Formats: sequence, C-alpha cells, structure tokens
Amino acid sequence: MTASRAAETAPVRPFERPELAALDDATLRAALSKMHLIRKFEETAEASYMRGLIHGTMHLSIGQEASAVGSTLPLRRDDYILSTHRGHGHCIAKGADPARMFAEFFGKENGYCRGRGGSMHIADVEGGNLGANGIVAGGLPIAVGVGMSITMQKQDRVCMVFFGDGATNEGAFHEALNMASIWKLPIVFVCENNKYGMSMDIARAMAVPNVADRASAYAMPGVAVDGNDLAAVVAAARPAVARARSGGGPTLVECKTYRLRGHSKSDRNLYRTKEEIETWRENDAIRRLEKELLAQDRFAEAELRAIEQAAQQTIDSALAFAKASPDPEPSDLTRDVYAE
Amino acid sequence: MPNDVAAPEVGTRELSYAEAIREGLAQAMEADERVFLFGEDVGVYGGAFGVSGDLVHRFGAQRVIDTPISELGIAGAAVGAAITGMKPVLELQFSDFVTLAMEQIVNQAAKIHFMFGGKASVPMVIRLPGGSGTGAAAQHSQSLEAWFAHVPGLKVVQPSTPHDAKGLLLAAIDDPNPVLIFEHKLLYKTKGPVPAAPYRVPIGQAAVRRAGTDLTIVGSSIMALRAGAAAERLAGEGIDVEVIDLRSLRPIDFPTIAASVRKTHRLLVVYEGVKTMGIGAEISAMIAESDVFDFLDAPIARLGGADVPLPYNPVLEKAAVPQEDDIVAAARRLVREGHA
Repeated sequence: MTASRAAETAPVRPFERPELAALDDATLRAALSKMHLIRKFEETAEASYMRGLIHGTMHLSIGQEASAVGSTLPLRRDDYILSTHRGHGHCIAKGADPARMFAEFFGKENGYCRGRGGSMHIADVEGGNLGANGIVAGGLPIAVGVGMSITMQKQDRVCMVFFGDGATNEGAFHEALNMASIWKLPIVFVCENNKYGMSMDIARAMAVPNVADRASAYAMPGVAVDGNDLAAVVAAARPAVARARSGGGPTLVECKTYRLRGHSKSDRNLYRTKEEIETWRENDAIRRLEKELLAQDRFAEAELRAIEQAAQQTIDSALAFAKASPDPEPSDLTRDVYAE
Repeated sequence: MPNDVAAPEVGTRELSYAEAIREGLAQAMEADERVFLFGEDVGVYGGAFGVSGDLVHRFGAQRVIDTPISELGIAGAAVGAAITGMKPVLELQFSDFVTLAMEQIVNQAAKIHFMFGGKASVPMVIRLPGGSGTGAAAQHSQSLEAWFAHVPGLKVVQPSTPHDAKGLLLAAIDDPNPVLIFEHKLLYKTKGPVPAAPYRVPIGQAAVRRAGTDLTIVGSSIMALRAGAAAERLAGEGIDVEVIDLRSLRPIDFPTIAASVRKTHRLLVVYEGVKTMGIGAEISAMIAESDVFDFLDAPIARLGGADVPLPYNPVLEKAAVPQEDDIVAAARRLVREGHA
C-alpha cells in the first residue's frame, strides 16, 4: 500500500510506526489470531506431555510467534515453506489445521502424517508445508531443490525455509546459500536466532555478531530484525518475498527472538539465568503487539480478548479431536516405506 | 516403455556401458521434461568418466547443470526438486563422495515418504561411479553399496552390462522412490548389445547369466562378470556353475537365489565391498534362515573385499578384492573339498 492510499483509508495516527501502519485491521486480526493459536497450541502440547498423554519429546516455540507469523504473512497458499524441529508455529502460520496437527502429535491415524512423523516431522504438503525436520539445517539444501523446481517449471512460487541460529554453523547452510545465490533461486532464508543452539550461545559459536552478516559472503541481502516485533518481521519479509518472486534471487532474514521454554523437555536451563528469561518474557511478542494496538486505538481490549478466546476454543476442540482419533494399526507398520 | 529382461537379440548394435547410460539419460530427458541431470562437471567437461558427454549441448545448461562441489547440498537439492514435481538425476562424481551427502540421502530422501504418511514421494536417482581397479587409492575406490541397501526407503541397483545400465537407469527414473545406481568405473568402456528403443530392466529382478548344476555363484556388477568368466574356466574342469547377477541389492531377488541353491546345493557369494557385515552376510543369512538350508551340501562361502582401505599399489589393490582366479579357486574347493 502506498503512503497516500494509506492516508486515505486509515485514520491518522501520528505516533504509529510505518511498519504497523502498513498492516490493515483485518491483517492484524488474522496475524494476532495465529500468534494466539500457536501459543495455545504449544501450551496445550506442554500440558498434554506433563499429563502423560503423549510420549517422545517436543520443541516448543513459545516466544517466537511473531517470527513464524510475520515471515509467512506475505506468502501465498501455493508458496512453499520448509520448517524445523521447532516447527509447530510455522505449520500453523502457513495455514495448517491444528486438529490434524494435534492428531499427529498424539500419533494418530488422521494426523497430518498418519502418526508416522510426530512433532518433528509434521508436513502439510497440500498447504505448502514441505515438512518440519529433525536434522539441524536439514531443510536448507532441500530448499535449493524446491527453488530449482519452481524455476524449471516456470512458476511464480516462493520457497521460504526456516532454520535456527545453530543451523548456520552447518555446512549445509553455506552450501545452500551459495547455490541459491549463484542460481538466483526464489528462496527466502529465515533464520530464527533464538540465541541458543540447545545450550550453546550463538555468541560463542559464531565469529560475526549477526547471522545476517553471513549473507555478504553469498552476495545476497542480509537483514536482521527484532523477531519479537510482528510488524518489523513483516516489513523485512515482504521485500524478500517480492524479490524472490520477481526473479531477484534469495534473501537472508534474521529474526532475533528467544525461546521462553527450554530446548526440549530435558532442558534444565543451566546455561542461562532466570533474569535473562524474565527480560525476554517482558519483551513477549504477543503482549507487545497487543499493547501497541491498544495504545494506537487500533483494537479495543474486548476485541483482543475475543481473538484470544477464539484461539483457545480452536485448540480445545483440536485436542478433543486428537484424543478421539484412532491409533494406526500395527498390521500397517511397513506401509508407505516405498511409494507405489 | 516395455520391460526387457531377456538377453538382447543377436545382431543388436553394441554400445559401451557409458554410452548406454548416456542414451538412457537422453531418452528420458526427451520423453519427460521433468527429468534433468546435475552434478559436478557434468556439463561441458562431459562428466568425470565421460558419461554425460555431449548432453549439455543437446539439452542446454538448464537441464544438464554443473554444480558447485557441494555434495550435501546437491543431494538435498535433488530431494527438494523431487518432492515438488521434478525427476532429478544426480551424478556424484565418485561414489566415495556420497559420504559427504549421507544426511540428505539417509535422513531425508529415504524417509520422507514414510515420515509424511505417504503424502509426498521422492522420485530421484543418484548415479555413483564406484569400485576399485583404477589406481585411485583409498578415497576413490570404495564399494559402499551395502550401506544403502541397509536403509529402508532406498532402492539400490548395480548394473554389470551396458544393457542393464540403460534399462536399470530408465527403471530408476520411472520409480517414485529414491534409487541409487552404483556404476562400476572399470565397466564404463566395456561394450555390449543395447536395444535402441527405451526399455526398463525391472528393479528387484536378478538375472541367471549361466545355468548350472554343481554350484551357485551370486554376484553383482563387475563380480557377476568375473563369476561368469570363472564359470567358463570351471566348465573345462567338469564343474557346472550357475551364475546369478543380482542387479538389484534392495529389493533383493531372493526367490531366484533360493531356486538356484535348491538345485545346485552349494552357494558362493562374491562381492567387492568389504566382506565383514556385507552383502554376502545378508544373502548367507537369508539362505540359512530359510528351508533352502536343508538343501545345502556344503557350508555357504563368501568372497568379499579384504578388511583394508583400498591400497594404491596395483598388486595390493588387486589382492584386496576378489579376482577371477580367486573365484575359480574358491568354487573348486567348495565343490571338490566341501568348503571354500
């Protein structure tokens, strides 16, 4: 939207940031709704685990909602994403049905992967989510092939690949960025820098201060943004998606964020302080956005609570759906090892 | 495209193994625009072993693509292209370099169809020049095919003739699963009859190369040829050998092996890969576990690669893998003395 059109259609809000002003009410409502859906999904998943309803482990993205929702906001339904082991948020952001996600999480036959993948491998292929990935940096080389495929089929799709800060020290990251750049592939690389690769502080693991700095080695734009600021993430993702779609090539976007929970269920937070976690909790993406929207009179408190309650209801019914779903049959164990 | 399992008609024109593969690639690319070839130096260089030859001039650099030296990256790119509608054929310059690409082949390509509950398939082909005998020493001479035959979700084939090299390639390109083709470097220049029209050699079907009554020798790739030559020499001594060319390691054609051993009552398995934990162990165990065990008149014997890295010195290099003389000697002992 151009500045002049925004002025015609929106009330004048002298203190509103341009990044936020660029998002209309319907877009913000949908984005906030998805952020709440992700938060509730993660909290409900955690509670289900605590109550022994599910086995295995999980990697929660509580605190990283703005990055998932903001990055995918400029994407179309037929665009692709590739996700990570901390991928519930990306999946919901791309438009997946939380009920089928929960069913997968519970290992049920009507989950997205018929219970064969679980939390770390949820894929919604029809919705353009080509899968979470249990291997750090596993999705990055795959994104190169998706980009090649889009180009060869002369489509105008975009592939957005998510990865954490830890992935940027894998060879796969460097091989993928290099190939995407030499072939000008329609890829947006989104690094969710949540400060830690399990326990390893990125400052101890990387010689440059920002992941985005690494883009210069591959002659592509590298943009670092406050990943807990939805509007800022959208403002960074939009030109990156547009550049990819128009044949301009890839971009590396770094969303600086924080996971408020541990790496996985075994994490005792020995590598970070309570104070640090508390500081980031005050910087919570959902709370920040809501506060700003209230201050700008974009939404009333009642409306915000209604959005949150609707998200809770969706997740409650998703959980009920998962619990009521059938388990796979052991006789089907070796089904789908090979495609026919 | 017909299946062709019979020996070519007399008078069929002859091609080298490398030419047969090139013809198969060209026919697949002509028939289906989703098929493309990529890898290190497959373009104007023509491939390290001359297999791609002039294909870049016939199909252009968009379909015969030179890649950076990034084995992990290009293996992942094959996965990404395959799950989004293309049919990539990747050449890994030496099969040894597959060690750099293990993650994408084993964790991603092999598992995506199953892990996603059958919602995506990975129709990709990887061509891998393998084997010893060229003086290329320890990092350019290995036979690693058994590693991949150990992985559910992959298919593994090993052609021994120009006819099978073309037919297995076309079958692999048609297959909706990831297929690894281990080509043998010593065979690229060998000649044999190859039908001009496209045809498939079905994956999972062994070939009985020579019928016999005293002993079954099972081998694949160059070992099937050495077994055949050994069988002709043994015939002069009154030992009648049945030779089975496996052609596929996964899936393996156990019924053909079993039927042969029921008839001959003796089994010798010959393979170039390291003997310990190799293909011979699997075939031996399959026989030992089955009712065919009761038909054996002698212990099963294995002739495999020595438990050493491939040496550079040509005498040592030859000593490290079964040669024709070794096969003759082992077969003779097995028939005459009841043990190898």
